[in-house]
Amino acid sequence: MIDARGYSCPMPVVMVQNEVKKGAPDTLEVLVDSQTCVENVTRFAEKQGYRVACASEGGDFRLTLKK
Amino acid sequence: MKKIHWGVVLAGVAVGLAALILTAMGNPANMGFCIACFLRDIAGACGMHSAAKVQYVRPEIIGLVLGAFIMSVAGKEFRARAGSSPATRFVLGTVVMVGALAFLGCPLRMVLRLGGGDLNALVGLVGFFIGILIGVACLKRGFSLKRSYEVGAAEGGVLPSVMAALLILVLAVPTLFKFSEAGPGSMRAPFWIALVIALVVGALAQKSRLCMVGGLRDAVMLGDFHLLYGFAAIFVVTVIGNLAMDRFHLGFALQPVAHSAHLWNLLGMVLAGWGSVLLGGCPLRQLILAAQGNGDSAVTVFGMIVGAALAHNFGLAGNPDSKNEAGQLVVGGISNAGKVAVIAGLVVLLVIALWNMPKKEAAK
Repeated sequence: MIDARGYSCPMPVVMVQNEVKKGAPDTLEVLVDSQTCVENVTRFAEKQGYRVACASEGGDFRLTLKK
Repeated sequence: MKKIHWGVVLAGVAVGLAALILTAMGNPANMGFCIACFLRDIAGACGMHSAAKVQYVRPEIIGLVLGAFIMSVAGKEFRARAGSSPATRFVLGTVVMVGALAFLGCPLRMVLRLGGGDLNALVGLVGFFIGILIGVACLKRGFSLKRSYEVGAAEGGVLPSVMAALLILVLAVPTLFKFSEAGPGSMRAPFWIALVIALVVGALAQKSRLCMVGGLRDAVMLGDFHLLYGFAAIFVVTVIGNLAMDRFHLGFALQPVAHSAHLWNLLGMVLAGWGSVLLGGCPLRQLILAAQGNGDSAVTVFGMIVGAALAHNFGLAGNPDSKNEAGQLVVGGISNAGKVAVIAGLVVLLVIALWNMPKKEAAK
């Protein structure tokens, strides 16, 4: 799981990008804390062929990326 | 085009139209909006520098911040966060401002200048792109200003509160402030019109995440052209608008509030582009983030205001091209002190970048 809470743009996407580069896992969970990060990570993940589900957890968001 | 792009295109169109309207109503040419110039004007109005030609409490800045604040609260996106290397961000804000004022404009004004036919802005764009490439290389090597943390709502409300106070003071006690009687600071769209337009633009910029540096950075780094659509929309709208109003003048020399000292236009924007990537967004985006509760971006904005004051107190800012009494072109540019400051700024960015990269042991 990638905990990208507290990181400003574009770090959450870079963290996901690094994880994808390591071996493109079939499932990846990402925690972010802003709607902007949700949008940025979703856009990137969908380009990489993932389907993205987003669940709100308090003020945070849990993104589940699945191939 | 996917649906998701329309928000940022709409915001870009709105910024372009707003800039054209503000310019037509009194703002300096190609300066409907300029975050660097307008923060500099506010610094001057508050007596932080004494350059008599650039002093005015710009309602555009107040409106952008308050518009973004209102939109973020309405959209439940206001969230108070801080603690991501604030002192470093202050310095970065100062350095970005020195670079932007050497060029005579922030990245947003660079696009507006391009839309007016100012080819010096094309040189600036090349520098901006180089700066972004350097910044992206830093990010790829692990550069980070670390996490921010949840803080009290009051911390997140600092910049909106400061802007609201500034608005009240300039309306209630205008004699507190200095107002230019000549030069760019004296050229103003009507206060209330500029304020209302900026409120709308601030709200749209918050909703769309419009960011000049983000557009090029994401395109280069992630192959994501989303934000670049906003950048392109501003350019297209201002080109069409300026052509329609006979305000499009293609060339290098004697462009409005601009100089044609190419090397320093280029290096100034290298500084602004690189510094903005390290900060995570352009000066406009810093204003918007600060408005939606980001205390680190508020510190960055304060750094930019101090940078503007330093730039004018020490004569670092660019001087526009002009004509002498014989009608000959006098190429503007920056002083030797300004040149030293730009070079020193690049060194400061390099040091900050290296300091904030993972150590070799940690990277393994």
